Amino acid sequence: MKDITKLTVAQALSGLKKKEFSATELTEAYIDNIEQNTKVNAFVTKSFEIAKQQASEADKRYASGNSLPLDGIPLGIKDLFCTKNIRTTACSKILGEFIPPYESTVTNNLLQDGAVFLGKLNMDEFAMGGSNETSCFGPVVNPWSKDKDLVPGGSSGGSAAAVSAHLCAASTGTDTGGSIREPAAFCGCTGIKPTYGRCSRYGIIAFASSLDQAGPIAQDVRDCAVLLKSMAGFDAKDSTSYDTPVPDYESFLEQDINGMVVGIPKEYRLDGMNKEIVAYWDKAAEILKSGGAKVKEISLPHTKYALAAYYVLAPAEASSNLARYDGIRFGNRKNGNSLDELYINTRTEGFGNEVKRRIMIGTYVLSAGYYDAYYLKAQKVRRLIHDDFMNAFKECDVILTPTSPITAFPIGDEKMLQNPINMYLNDVFTVSVNLAGLPALSLPIGLSAEGLPYGMQIIGKPFDEQTIFKAAYKLEQDTGFERI
Amino acid sequence: MAIDNQTVKKVAFLSRLRVEDEKIESAKDEFNKILQWIDELNELNTDNVEPLISVNEQTLRLREDEITAGNNKDEILQNAPMEEFDYFAVPKVVE
Repeated sequence: MKDITKLTVAQALSGLKKKEFSATELTEAYIDNIEQNTKVNAFVTKSFEIAKQQASEADKRYASGNSLPLDGIPLGIKDLFCTKNIRTTACSKILGEFIPPYESTVTNNLLQDGAVFLGKLNMDEFAMGGSNETSCFGPVVNPWSKDKDLVPGGSSGGSAAAVSAHLCAASTGTDTGGSIREPAAFCGCTGIKPTYGRCSRYGIIAFASSLDQAGPIAQDVRDCAVLLKSMAGFDAKDSTSYDTPVPDYESFLEQDINGMVVGIPKEYRLDGMNKEIVAYWDKAAEILKSGGAKVKEISLPHTKYALAAYYVLAPAEASSNLARYDGIRFGNRKNGNSLDELYINTRTEGFGNEVKRRIMIGTYVLSAGYYDAYYLKAQKVRRLIHDDFMNAFKECDVILTPTSPITAFPIGDEKMLQNPINMYLNDVFTVSVNLAGLPALSLPIGLSAEGLPYGMQIIGKPFDEQTIFKAAYKLEQDTGFERI
Repeated sequence: MAIDNQTVKKVAFLSRLRVEDEKIESAKDEFNKILQWIDELNELNTDNVEPLISVNEQTLRLREDEITAGNNKDEILQNAPMEEFDYFAVPKVVE
């Protein structure tokens, strides 16, 4: 029999329905892969016994003819989602052996649809990072690495690497400034950050609440459509969740893109930009044109300020969200002679350097005397960036850009470690989308001369993920990207 | 706006984090690099711009004022680093 772990979610569902293999066989095949391929370091907690139980229940439903939409599909879950009775750490020492007594809404939706959970996936600590190097469980190795070990991107690095190395059929990720799209691009996967409010944030450990969104990372566009349908939907437990129906995304994939207007933002053509990525960008526009789309130059004039605004707003929200880690009610505690000393000992030992840096920046920009100059200013710039997109969408249906200006870089790269800003600059094409709350998908477009994947990003109007899927599917069909 | 060692110490305390004395200088430099970069926002005139706090344009929903969860003391205390008599225990606060 051919390797069933290489199947996409859609192919695996079809095989399960035709009884070509059972959910138990599929789950055990992934468990074998995980146990054999430990170098990737994608799984930080394994829940194999629970997975086998879930698979056996899925098999019973297949036998009785009452299967669910994702019945028996083995998934990996980013360690930022609270999973009932399965250790959840956000890859931070401060959470210790935290076992959530409840299930996040997104993972609960997946379980209700019959998914099997193989375990929890590595990530940057509290989702703060772009290379998965800030995890307290150590870095993830990109399965595309050649002679040197490369980063998988971040923060959902384990999620992308696990899908790419066939350690799970698909995974969940979260995206605050590019944390689904960048690792998907670096690992040759497809991932979508839906519109803010599309997926419930209940039970997802908060980083920057006005920017965080959950979404899937998978092998292809169809799998993202299938998974997002299951993950999304209104939830009374999240006051920012939208009460609007979730379309059947998969039904849009093969629809004609004739007449669709694709915007190319001129401000994204950076000075001295890598020629390979420019060539792939042009190629992607040509493919969409060949399907009948019109390609048009658009302007997003405040693009230049997006990163600076993001690196005020995200740390500000993070400093407030992370105040809850005080060693009192959960997680690790380091005692002290006073309550303040207990807080300081707990937090100084529990948080890693990048998280501390962001908490301090966030605390500073929110502190008396600086609030207006930094925080309020950044919120005003956020309005300008949001309005840029709304104006652009008066003349186009989707926006096409590269996902990242670079491909995966080596673990421990000097330049990235020397100055945190060098790492932040990798988010140049992704953060604006979070500031504006828009949906955006990244899919692989081709390889660099060194054989590393590049990602292309398609940005859509609010709650118009279906148009993104249409364009992405056409692009995928004509790109013929070969996965590993 | 550049910050000094004193401000680094103050921000660290507000964050309930400790920065060791020998690391204050490098923390200050790093802080200032980031702040200098963020300062480019001041190139923009935002005088008549309304701040954007959330992209969510819905008005907050109301619901019936009724109990939706509760009676789960054991679950709440299950992750406590230290508990006594069904309470979270902390060091003595009142002298």
